[in-house]
Amino acid sequence: MYDYVGGKLDWLAAGLPTEGTNATRARAGDVARRDVPTCRLEEPIRAARERATAAGWDACVVVNDERVVLGLLRTDELRKGDEERVERVMRPGPSTFRPHVSIDDINKFMLTHDLPNCPITTSDGRLVGLIRREDVGAR
Amino acid sequence: MPKEIDRTDVRRLMREGVRVVEVLPRDEFEADHLPGAISLPLRNLETEAKEKLDPLRPVLVYCWDTA
Repeated sequence: MYDYVGGKLDWLAAGLPTEGTNATRARAGDVARRDVPTCRLEEPIRAARERATAAGWDACVVVNDERVVLGLLRTDELRKGDEERVERVMRPGPSTFRPHVSIDDINKFMLTHDLPNCPITTSDGRLVGLIRREDVGAR
Repeated sequence: MPKEIDRTDVRRLMREGVRVVEVLPRDEFEADHLPGAISLPLRNLETEAKEKLDPLRPVLVYCWDTA
């Protein structure tokens, strides 16, 4: 006999498929934009801004080599001095959601905290994508 | 004693045909469960295990998390 110690929470948080009445419900992992640009701590802001602009984004997620989310650059941070390093201006430890969370719950959170976007990560903190307000209906 | 495994092991064992069993209450199973899992709530374990489980087939159990 085997015991899956992480349980259903670990499975859902990894964005893996399930069966059941909730299986077709829209979740964060379904709407997260996986093409969000990323950057590293040591890069200059200019490089992150150029990458984001070229991709049509106003945000850039700061990750390490394992794509673990370390911070977030939103519009205000991307406007900072060209040669400033990302780690000095990023928003460290942004609020993140797991892929199994319903978009209704994220909608409420984004409205309450007036967030324009929100990273979606796996249970071990790796970037899945970014959700924008319009993706979950938050206005 | 059951052998403790992680997600990678679970996916491998599923491919190998393990019987996956959720021991949470039935309504939680009906909302979401791992692909191919059957429901065997803890409170019914003694009465339903013999009926639902093949003694020759490996079994993998899970609940909500590590608690």
